[in-house]
Amino acid sequence: MVAAVLAESVAGDAKIVVKKFSVHYGAYTALSGVNLAVARNEIFSIVGPANAGKTSFLRVLNRMDALTSGMRYEGTVRFDGHDIRKWRNLYALRRRIGVVFPLPVGLPLSVFDNVAMAPRLRGVRHRDELEEIVERCLRRAALWGEVKDRLTALGSLLSGGQQQRLTIARALSQDPELLLLDEFSIAIDPVTTMKIEDVLLELKKEMTIIMVTNLVQQARRISDRMAFFHKGRCVEVGETAAMFDGDVRDEQTLDYLRGRFG
Amino acid sequence: MRSTTQTQAPDARGVAWYLDKAMAYLVFGAGVSAILLIVGIFVFITKEGVGFVWDTVDLGQFFGSPAWRPTSDTPQYGALALIAGTASVTGLAMLIAVPFSLGAAIYIAEFAGGTQREALKILIELLAAIPSVVWGFIGLSVLNPLIIEWFDVPVGLGILNAGVILGLMAAPIMTTIAEDALRAVPDGYREAAEAMGATRWQVTWRVVLPGAKNGLTAAILLGVGRGFGETMAVLMASGHAVQLPDGVFDSVRALTATIAAELGETAVGSDHYQALFTLGILLFVVTFAINLTADLVVRGISNKD
Repeated sequence: MVAAVLAESVAGDAKIVVKKFSVHYGAYTALSGVNLAVARNEIFSIVGPANAGKTSFLRVLNRMDALTSGMRYEGTVRFDGHDIRKWRNLYALRRRIGVVFPLPVGLPLSVFDNVAMAPRLRGVRHRDELEEIVERCLRRAALWGEVKDRLTALGSLLSGGQQQRLTIARALSQDPELLLLDEFSIAIDPVTTMKIEDVLLELKKEMTIIMVTNLVQQARRISDRMAFFHKGRCVEVGETAAMFDGDVRDEQTLDYLRGRFG
Repeated sequence: MRSTTQTQAPDARGVAWYLDKAMAYLVFGAGVSAILLIVGIFVFITKEGVGFVWDTVDLGQFFGSPAWRPTSDTPQYGALALIAGTASVTGLAMLIAVPFSLGAAIYIAEFAGGTQREALKILIELLAAIPSVVWGFIGLSVLNPLIIEWFDVPVGLGILNAGVILGLMAAPIMTTIAEDALRAVPDGYREAAEAMGATRWQVTWRVVLPGAKNGLTAAILLGVGRGFGETMAVLMASGHAVQLPDGVFDSVRALTATIAAELGETAVGSDHYQALFTLGILLFVVTFAINLTADLVVRGISNKD
């Protein structure tokens, strides 16, 4: 099993180790047969056509399954070596994991309060400190220039693309150890997308990043390793560069990466 | 067979066209009639009361004097005690109803699970359907002796009794409206905040309540309007004595209760009759202002989104 071998190869310094993993909604199985490991400080991307189970996978990693009625997972997920199923205080787990959803959700608070929420949740009270965090996170999300003069405007009034970058800034404001990005560039123009990709390459020095993307070229540009999900299965996991060079076990993977899928 | 629509002349008018026009006028008429009715009521009340305001009474005395003696040899029409009665009972009712109804709405919308939520909603809607005379009866026969016993006062009918009864009456409808306002906050907000590690209460406090604040304000204002307009329960529970109250055990008389109790005994067109209509104008203006404010507050949400 190549996947198992790869899981072993990073197991020593793995942030996330997933074994015999499957996700179910009631009687429906959205994803099964996943064995993979994500190394510390790497960008790991998951690609695959719609309905492959990519988003379900991300949702389990910060235990959002506990908030969705009927959703459950089997197998084990280890975060820093600890089984997340046995994590009693899910709030503490989620604070260590930043999430960016595919549909931007600007909370009905001011831009400032949107980004300051996570620091406030962990007890930051000083205005100076909050201002410093908000500015740093908005700059990293390539949004500072556009909103610095209207930090008091409602976050839900920003344009779709701005809200998406706001959610990125919000996820970064948690100072996460693990950043989960679900189609983060779906509403963002290509130039801004490139800027954020550069930021992600910087950020991986500080954190581990797992991203789901529909843009295989985006996975190619920034991810170290990648997984190909298809029809609720993890088809394979490998080094991004090698896989694009054709080093795959399954022809379907190469067809998808080369855009010949269908 | 060829399609008839293709053979019709450009200006041909079919049955559907006439039906459409007819229905348009019909619903227009229905809509306008609602406005006409409101205007008609306002004109009627004003016509009956305005002569009195103009000719007989001195407005300084009307708003400034607590002496309401319409049937004495030298009638006095001071509404201050009645205004104080309505305001104190409504105020106490809101002190009771606002925390209860907001708490209940938050529990139902944010914390209760599926079947529990449905059961609570049905129960609260049932509470809202209890007739006000039943509440008044509870005030007279249950709360009155309890207040006498607990607080050692001679009479249990007063601000406290009427305020508690009115608060209990207003709470269910306020809960229902507040809960609707909370449910209108998109689930995406809750999910985004919970993904950040916010607890259920932090989500409620930092995200849901700010997101629903317009709807919650409207719920409170509608409760205030309900309190101002309530007649029967207040008439029965308040003690119905004309005086400026000193404390919560004092009996008071409400504007609405005064109209209800006295209008049947006045001669049409007399000063007393007109004075009661002047109270009606006052009530109409106040409740209209409250409802209009509530409406504008709710509209504030839809304009922003």
